[in-house]
Amino acid sequence: MINSLFLINPSGEMFLEKHWKSVVSRSVCDYFLEAKEKALEPEDVPPVIHTPHHYLISIYRDKLFFLSVIQTEVPPLFVIEFLHRVAEMIQDYFGECSETVVKDHMVMVYELLEEMLDNGFPLATESNVLKEMIRPPTILRSVVNTLTGTSNVGDTLLTGQLSTIPWRRAGVRYTNNEAYFDVVEEIDAILDQSGTTVFAEIQGVVEACVKLSGMPDLTLSFMNPRLLDDVSFHPCVRYKLWESERVLSFIPPDGNFTLMTYHVNAQNLVAIPVYVKQSISFFECGSDGRLDVTVGPKQTMGKTVEGVMVTVHLPKTILSINLTATQGSYTYDNGTKLLVWDIGKLNPQKLPNLRGSLSLQAGAPKPEENPSLNIDLKIQQLAISGLKVNRLDMFGEKYKPFKGVKYITKAGKFQVRT
Amino acid sequence: MTPMQKLLQLPVNAMNMVKTAQDQMGQQDEAKSPVMTPDGGNHNWYNGEPNDPRHIRFGSGGGDQEERAHLEEGGGSLSSLVTQPLRHDDLKEMLDSNKDSLKLEAMKRIVAMIARGKNASDLFPAVVKNVACKNIEVKKLVYVYLVRYAEEQQDLALLSISTFQRGLKDPNQLIRASALRVLSSIRVTIIVPIMMLAIKEAASDMSPYVRKTAAHAIPKLYSLDPEQKDCLIEVIEKLLADKTTLVAGSVVMAFEEVCPERIDLIHKNYRKLCNLLIDVEEWGQVVIINMLTRYARTQFLNPNMNESLLEEGGGEKAFYGSDNDDDTDDEEDKEEKEKKKTEATAIVKRKPYVMDPDHRLLLRNTKPLLQSRNAAVVMAVAQLYFHLAPKAEVGVIAKALVRLMRSHSEVQYVVLQNVATMSIKRRGMFEPYLKSFYIRSTDPTQIKVLKLEVLTNLANETNISTILREFQTYIKSNDKDFVAATIQAIGRCATNIGEVRDTCLNGLVQLLSNRDELVVAESVVVIKKLLQMQPEQHSDIIKHMAKLTDNIQVPMARASILWLIGEYCEHVPKIAPDVLRKMAKTFTNEEDIVKLQIINLAAKLYLTNSKQTKLLTQYVLNLAKYDQNYDIRDRARFIRQLIVPTDKSGALSKYAKKLFLALKPAPVLESPFKDRDHFQLGSLSHLLNAKAGGYQVLPDWPEAAPDPSVRNVEVPEWTKCSSREKRKEKKADKPFYSDSEGESGPTESADSASDTASGSESGSGSEESGSGSESEESNEESESASEEDEEEEGKKKKKNVEKIKARKPVPESESEPSSGEDVKKSEKKSKPRIGSSESESEEDNDSESESSESEEEESEEESEEETKKKKKTTASKPPSKPPKKENKKEKKEMSLLDFDDFDPAPSPSQVTPLNNFLSSSLVTDLEGLSLTDNVLSPTTIIPSGNLKTYELLHRITGEGLSVEYCFSRQPFSPDPHMVAVKIQFTNSATSEAKSLHVEDAKLQSGMRIKEFPEIEVLPAGETVSVVMGIDFCDSTQAANFQLCTHTRKFFVSIQPPVGELMMPIFMTENEFKKEQEMLLQSLGQLMGMNEITEKLTLEEKCQGEHAVVQRVTTAANLSRVPCGSDKECRFAGKTVTSGSLVLVSVVTKEDGAAQLTVNCEKMVIGTMLVKDILQALTQ
Repeated sequence: MINSLFLINPSGEMFLEKHWKSVVSRSVCDYFLEAKEKALEPEDVPPVIHTPHHYLISIYRDKLFFLSVIQTEVPPLFVIEFLHRVAEMIQDYFGECSETVVKDHMVMVYELLEEMLDNGFPLATESNVLKEMIRPPTILRSVVNTLTGTSNVGDTLLTGQLSTIPWRRAGVRYTNNEAYFDVVEEIDAILDQSGTTVFAEIQGVVEACVKLSGMPDLTLSFMNPRLLDDVSFHPCVRYKLWESERVLSFIPPDGNFTLMTYHVNAQNLVAIPVYVKQSISFFECGSDGRLDVTVGPKQTMGKTVEGVMVTVHLPKTILSINLTATQGSYTYDNGTKLLVWDIGKLNPQKLPNLRGSLSLQAGAPKPEENPSLNIDLKIQQLAISGLKVNRLDMFGEKYKPFKGVKYITKAGKFQVRT
Repeated sequence: MTPMQKLLQLPVNAMNMVKTAQDQMGQQDEAKSPVMTPDGGNHNWYNGEPNDPRHIRFGSGGGDQEERAHLEEGGGSLSSLVTQPLRHDDLKEMLDSNKDSLKLEAMKRIVAMIARGKNASDLFPAVVKNVACKNIEVKKLVYVYLVRYAEEQQDLALLSISTFQRGLKDPNQLIRASALRVLSSIRVTIIVPIMMLAIKEAASDMSPYVRKTAAHAIPKLYSLDPEQKDCLIEVIEKLLADKTTLVAGSVVMAFEEVCPERIDLIHKNYRKLCNLLIDVEEWGQVVIINMLTRYARTQFLNPNMNESLLEEGGGEKAFYGSDNDDDTDDEEDKEEKEKKKTEATAIVKRKPYVMDPDHRLLLRNTKPLLQSRNAAVVMAVAQLYFHLAPKAEVGVIAKALVRLMRSHSEVQYVVLQNVATMSIKRRGMFEPYLKSFYIRSTDPTQIKVLKLEVLTNLANETNISTILREFQTYIKSNDKDFVAATIQAIGRCATNIGEVRDTCLNGLVQLLSNRDELVVAESVVVIKKLLQMQPEQHSDIIKHMAKLTDNIQVPMARASILWLIGEYCEHVPKIAPDVLRKMAKTFTNEEDIVKLQIINLAAKLYLTNSKQTKLLTQYVLNLAKYDQNYDIRDRARFIRQLIVPTDKSGALSKYAKKLFLALKPAPVLESPFKDRDHFQLGSLSHLLNAKAGGYQVLPDWPEAAPDPSVRNVEVPEWTKCSSREKRKEKKADKPFYSDSEGESGPTESADSASDTASGSESGSGSEESGSGSESEESNEESESASEEDEEEEGKKKKKNVEKIKARKPVPESESEPSSGEDVKKSEKKSKPRIGSSESESEEDNDSESESSESEEEESEEESEEETKKKKKTTASKPPSKPPKKENKKEKKEMSLLDFDDFDPAPSPSQVTPLNNFLSSSLVTDLEGLSLTDNVLSPTTIIPSGNLKTYELLHRITGEGLSVEYCFSRQPFSPDPHMVAVKIQFTNSATSEAKSLHVEDAKLQSGMRIKEFPEIEVLPAGETVSVVMGIDFCDSTQAANFQLCTHTRKFFVSIQPPVGELMMPIFMTENEFKKEQEMLLQSLGQLMGMNEITEKLTLEEKCQGEHAVVQRVTTAANLSRVPCGSDKECRFAGKTVTSGSLVLVSVVTKEDGAAQLTVNCEKMVIGTMLVKDILQALTQ
C-alpha cells in the first residue's frame, strides 16, 4: 500500500521522510516538484501523479504537502483519507499542523507514523489508541521529562487495540465528568447578481467533547430528526439504532471528536441570514472603476449576526484601491489582490457599507467578470435549520455527568456572484 | 552476508563517508534544531572538546575502540574510518553508556536524522547492541532504527534476531506482536525461515492482536521471498477463518497482495465477512469491500440481465445509443455480445432472474457503510453498488457521494472523477443533485473542470436551459483554462441535445467577438465541430469566421477556420479564394499546423474553382516545397502530384476530387470518461485510465451462476465438538508428531497437521474393515502411520492407557489393529463422526498440506474422501440432531465400560473438590444420557460459599437488577469444552423483570457461548440462578455480550481467571512424573519454555500441606495427585477447550521456602497460572 511519506513545505523542501517498506529515493519527489512549479496555486497540483515507477498521491493542507509514494494499485481515496488523518493527528497532538511544529517534534511525529502504518497498511489511526502508546506533549510533562529524562512514549502498553471498543481508551478517570456537544451548521449558498438564491443548502456537524470516566454509553436524541437527510457517523455510533429509532447511541471516544455530520433535507427552504447589495463597475474608457457593497441582516430569527467578513479576489489588472468603510476595517494585499473587509457585528439600524474607487493599470482592458464576494458570518445560539437536541442520556456509569449543548450557524461556501 | 554482498557494500560505505565528511558543516546546523538540542549547550559535543563532562564519563576510551572494531567488521577495513565525523563517536559513546537517559537522547538524535533523510547507517553496530535494552522507549527507537537500516547491514542485523525470537514467546501479547512486527519488517533474506515459523505460530496465537500482526507480516514475507507463497496461502486461509473483526481487514489485505487469484479461499468465509463487515475498522472495510466486489462478479449473476434484455427487445438503437443508461457489458465485441445475449435470452426465458441470497446479503450489509465518515469506505460501497446492484437500487449511493463533495479538495477530485464515469452510465442517479455540482469561483481549476464534466453528462432536454445559464456565468470567469473547458462543454451539450444546437451555436458565435483570444480560439474549434453537422444552414457563420482570420492568431483556431472554408468552399464561393490569397501572403510566417491547412485549402479550391486559384495554389505549393518542415514539404509534393494534371500523373489524380471533397462524418463529442467503468471504480487505475501495477481486473458476470453451495458452512455444534475433541486429544497425545514438523506444540497449525493424521487414521481403520479396494493408498497410509509408530513406539502403550483414563472416547484403530474387538468398537464409534472429519478436512484442505509430506497427505486426503464416500453409503446416518443422542450414548457406554475396567484409585481424603471423584468427561458422558443438571449437581457442586463471585451488573446500573456470576467448576453438560458459569440474578427493583436473556455476543475468535434459557419472569425481590457455558478457547479474553431484559440491554463481560480455564484430571504419581517428563522432552528442545519454576516463601498461615492444597485448588480448578512425600504437593488438570495438560507441583522446604513448578504446553497459560498461584500462596 503506502510505501513512503514525504512532508514538503511550500518552497519545496522535504523536511521529513518516512518509509514503511524499502527506502524510496527522494528524487521521486522531483516529478511532484515539477508539477508544483507548473501549478499557479498549491491547490492546483494534481493529487495523483503518475511517474514511471511510482504513483505519487499528495494532499495540500495547512500550507504543507503530504506526499505519499505508492507502487501498486490502491484506492486513491484510501491514501488521501489516510494522509488527512496524519495531518489531523499532528493537529491533535501538537495543537496545530505546521512546519515548525513538525520540526520541533520530529521524533514523536516519526514514531507516530511508525505506529499508524505497518507495511503501508493502517494499523492504529484512532487518536485514543495512539495517545496511549505515545503521550502527547503537555507543558507540565515536558518539564517533568527534562527533569527526569523520560519521554513521552507510553510506559504502560496500550490496551485499546485489544478491547472491543477500539476507539476508546480504557481506564479513563475524571473528577469532573462533562459532555459537551456543539451543533454547528454551515450554509452553503450561491446568490446571483440580483440577490436571488441559485443554490443553497445546510450542512451540519455535531462536534463532541466528552470527558467521562469509565465506559459511558450515551444516547443523544433530537426533537426533529426528520430534518436530517443524509448523515455520516463516527464509527462509534450504532447504525442500526439510528435506522430504527433515529437516536444516536454510542460509547464515545475520550476527548474531542466529530460525532456526526448531516445534510438538511433539501425540501426545507434555506433561510439566508444576510443580504448583500453590491455594485462593482468598471468604466469602459479610462482606467477606473467603482465598488459599493452593503451588507444587511435578513432572516436571523432574532439573533445578531456576528463575525461578518467579506472577501473579494479582485482582478489581476487592479492597480490600487481607495475605499472607505462605514463599519469595520478592510485590508488589501496588492500582491494577491485580496480584499478583506472585516465588519464584525451587523447592526440593523445602521447598515455597514464599503465604497470607493478602484484604479486599473494603465492600458489594461476592462475586466470581463466582476469578482464574486465570499461572505463569512456567524450566529451564536442558533441552528439555522431548526434542529434541536432533545436529550442526552448516559448508561453504564453511575455518576451524574455535566451536559451541555451549543448551537452555532456559520457561513460555509457562501458566494455572491456580481 | 556473502562475500559478493560485502564487496558491493564497500563502495556504499565509502561513499557515505565522503558524504558525511562533506556534510560536516551542515551538520553543525542540524545541531541547532530544537529537536536535536533540548539543552542548548551541546555544540561542544561536536567538536569533541576534551573537558566535556561526558567525555570524562566514558573516559576509558575502550568503548570507542570497540566501536571502530565493529565498524571495520561491517564495512571492511578502511583507513578513512578515522575520519568519521566526531559527532557519531559521541552518539556511540552515549549509546554505550549505562544510563538510559543518555541512550534515549542519542537514539532520539539518530531517529531525527533518519526522519530528515540523513544517513545514520554507520551507527548500526552501536545501535543494534541496545536492542535488548530494558527501557521501553529506547527499545522502541532502536526498533525504528533497525527497520530502517537492517536491509543495508544484513549480517549485523542478524545479531538482533534472537531478541525478537525471545519476544515472540513473551506472555504479554503486545510484546509478542511488536517482536513479530519488527522481525517481519527487517528485510533480510536469511531469516525467511524464521519469519515463516514466527508467522505460522502467531497465526494461531490466542490474542487477536498478535494474529492481526501475523496477517500484516504475510505480505512482508511474500515481498521478501515470493517462493514462500504456498506456505503463506495456508496461513492466510487459516486466518481467513478467524472470526474477530480485528483480524479480518488485515488478512484480506494479505490475501489481496499474495493470492488475489485464489477466490476459492473466500467461499467458506464469505458470509462471515459480510456479517463482520460493519464492525471491522475503516481501512479493513475498504479492502474487504473491494475484494468482495470482485468475488461477487465471479459468483453471482448480473442483476440487470433481465432489464437489459428487455430493452434490447425494445430496439437495437436504444441499446447502443449514446444516452443509453445500462449496458453493463459493453466491452465486448458487438458480435460476441449479440451471441451472448441470445444465449442469455434463452436462459432468461427458461428461468427468470432471482437474486442469490448471498448477493443480497452483501448489498444489505454494505449499505449502512455509506454513512461512514471515511470517504474511502463510502467510495468503496459506492463502487460495489455501481458494479453489483440492480439498476433500481444503485441510486442510494448518489447522496453519499454528493456528501463527499463537501470534503477536502483532493477527495472531491477523486470523487468527481468517479461521479463523472457513473453519470454517463446512470445519469438519472445524479440528476436530483445537479445543483451540488455548480461551480464556485474559489474551486481549484481541476475541480472546476471535473464539475463541468459532470454537469455536461447530466444535461438533458429538461435541464439544459438551467445548465446553459450556469455555463454563461462560467464563461466570464478569469480562469481561462476553465473558460475553454466550458466552451467545449457547451459544444458537447449542443451535439448531444438537438433542441439547443442553434442556441448554443449562436452563443458561441457571440463569443467570437470576445476580447480574449483564447476564448475566441476555443469557440472557433467548437463551432467548427458543430458546423460539420449541418453546414448548409450556416454559411453566414462561415463567412463571419472567414473575417476572423485577420484577427485571430491562435494557430489551432486559424487552422480550424481554414479547414472550414476549404471544406465548405461551395457555400462561400466568393470569399474562399480571397482567404487563400491572404494566407498565401503570410504563409511563411504561419505555424506548421496552419500551413498544412493552407495547402489543404489551396488543394480543395484548385479542385473546385481552378480558374481563380490555379496560380495561388502553385504559389503556395512552391513556398511549401522549400519549407523547413518535412511534413509540409511532403504534403506539398503529394498534393501537387495528385491535383495538378501532368503526363505522368497516375491513376489517382482523377479521383482527387473524391479524395479531398468526400463527405466527412461529423465528429462525435464524447466524454473522456466514457467506458472508464471497465476499470473498477474508485481504483487508482480508473483514476489514471491506465492499468496500474497489481490491478485486479473486475471480471465479467458469469453466464450461469457457479454452485452457491460452496459458501455453506454448516458445522453443527456436535460435529464441531467431536472433531475438535479428537483433534485436541491428538495433540495432547502425540507431541512428537507436531514436533517433527518443526512446530511448537501449542500452535493451531500443528493442530491441523495432526488433524490430518487423525483423519487418515480413521480412514485406514475403515479401510481394514472395508472392501480394501484402495489397497495402494492404504498401504501408503499405513506406512506413514508406521513411521509415526516407530517414532513413539515406546510411549504408545502408555498413551493408550492414558487415553482410556482420560475417558475420551476416540477411535483407536491405529493403535491396536491386532485386537479385533477394539477395531470393531472404534469403527462403531468413528462411523457417525466421519461426517464431521469430512467437513473439517474439506475446509482446511490446504492447510493440511502444510507439512513437509504434503504429497503423501494429498493422497491421504484422497483416500480419506473416498472412504468417506463409502462410509456414507454404508452408514447413511445424516448428521443431524437425532444421531447426536445416539452418538453420545454410544460414547457413554464405552467410557462407562472403560471406567469399570479401570477403576482408578480414588483420591485420598483430601480437600479436593468433590467432582474430582468423577472424571469430568465421565460426567459429561453421563449427562449426555440426558441426565439433567439437577440430578448431578448435588453431588458435584461445591458449596458456593467457597467460590468467588464476581459482579456482572451492579444494582444501580442495572436499574434494580443485579447480576453476579461465579465459576461453578462443574462440567458444563451440553458441551464439555465450555466453562460453566453460574449466573445469579437478583431483582431488587419494585417491578418484575421479564424475559432475561443473552443477546449479541461479541466474542474473540474461536470463543463460543451457550446461552442460558430465557428467564421469563423474575418477580421483584426474587433471586434466580442459571448456568451458561462459555468456551474461552483457553484464553483469558473476556466474553462480551448483552444481557437483555424486556426493556433494557446491558453490555456485560465475563473474564475468567486463568485457573478457571481448566478442569481437574486424575493421575497417579507415576503418571504425573511421566507426563511431566514427556512434556519436557517433547517441547523442551524447542524452547524449554513449558516448565516454569519460581521460588517463593510461603506465608505463615499457609505453611503446611493442607493449607497449600487448599490455596492452590482455590486458585485453579485442579485436582491433587496422591503422593508419598508430604513435602511435595502435586496437582493435575487440563485446559477445558484444548485439553492440554497442566501439571503443578509445590515442594516445600524449611522456613516456609518453597518451589513452585508449572508444566503446561500452553506457555501463556502456564505463565499466568504461576502468577496466580504465587499470589495465592504468598498472601
